[in-house]
Amino acid sequence: MASGVKPRVKVPKKAAAGDTITIKTLISHKMESGQRKDKEGNVIPRSIINRFTCDFNGENVIDVQLEPAISTNPYFEFEALVPEAGEFKFTWYDDDGSVYDTTKKIEIG
Amino acid sequence: MKKLTGAILATVFTTTLASAEPVDDTLILNEETPIVTRTAAPAHLSDALDEVLSGWLFRGTETRAMQSDDFDNPGMIFVEQAMEAWETADGTAGKSCSSCHNEIESMAGVKPTYPKWDENAGSVQTLQMQMNECRTERMGAEAWGYDKGPAINMEAALSSVSRGMPVNVAIDGPAQSAWEQGKELYYTRTGQLELSCANCHEDNYGNMIRADHLSQGQINGFPVYRLKNTKLNGAHSRFKGCIRDTRAETYAPGSDEFIALELYVASRGNGLSVEGPSIRN
Repeated sequence: MASGVKPRVKVPKKAAAGDTITIKTLISHKMESGQRKDKEGNVIPRSIINRFTCDFNGENVIDVQLEPAISTNPYFEFEALVPEAGEFKFTWYDDDGSVYDTTKKIEIG
Repeated sequence: MKKLTGAILATVFTTTLASAEPVDDTLILNEETPIVTRTAAPAHLSDALDEVLSGWLFRGTETRAMQSDDFDNPGMIFVEQAMEAWETADGTAGKSCSSCHNEIESMAGVKPTYPKWDENAGSVQTLQMQMNECRTERMGAEAWGYDKGPAINMEAALSSVSRGMPVNVAIDGPAQSAWEQGKELYYTRTGQLELSCANCHEDNYGNMIRADHLSQGQINGFPVYRLKNTKLNGAHSRFKGCIRDTRAETYAPGSDEFIALELYVASRGNGLSVEGPSIRN
């Protein structure tokens, strides 16, 4: 498992029903491309986050496939429509099979 | 028509040149902490400069915006790692930083005064040297390598709790001789290119150096997250990079020369806010 992986998410605590909000996410990850070689000339194996998803109350908001060219600590900023109070669920999928997730609640008001 | 094209070309040309100038912008951190990025030069510098300018003013719109919000600032990832280290016991004494210093927020106001004279050591100490003194003498832990990951992250964490406070290093009293040595180094031409720090950062800030903008070389934003190497960088490592670029043999991070130079360069930014971890190219 890649070390030092920690997801971070910024979601407003409140929004009006039907509002579009901005969500920022970042996961600390080394995103080793698999193209580099170490001092002995051996290829450093690829180890990246290959997929990121965000769901709101079970409905998919965004589903991203990541490629090796994406740099360390991948950051996503996107907008989402909030029809009702609920919970955003963010999930990152690692090459090594690890799955990291975090959730954020949002209220209507 | 030809004349008109000429006029347009001239406009394009002058704007391109002008774009190396510092921007007219203000930095408010997380929409609450105002950061002083432009202020009157400290008295000792008044012969050379009227105004001192943070490197933030010489960066692009996106880079400046990145630094204004802690979530967007990738340097804060390393600060978070150091915050964990702050709470984690290390060494034979079984102590962590927080065993003596409590919350890291209590260290607000420390970073702006470093490097400073240390009576016990009988020399000027940088913040990283002070950290290592704690580690080796009070924690029974191994000293961190100068400007290496754990050290630079901790320096950034200590800097982050002092953001917004003015840099205020003492240059008189026992620190004066080191400060004089640093000043000497600042104005000494080095390398095959025979460039001193001042040739670029005092005489030519606001001009282009190849494809980049020359800043005043202030270190109020250190440690700095550089987009080119995606990690935090220390002032000594930056000095080394600059001196290397003059095609000279450089001093080592943590050397007496760089300690003196850090003191002198920090004093050139007395009055600017502590910004670290800042974001630069």
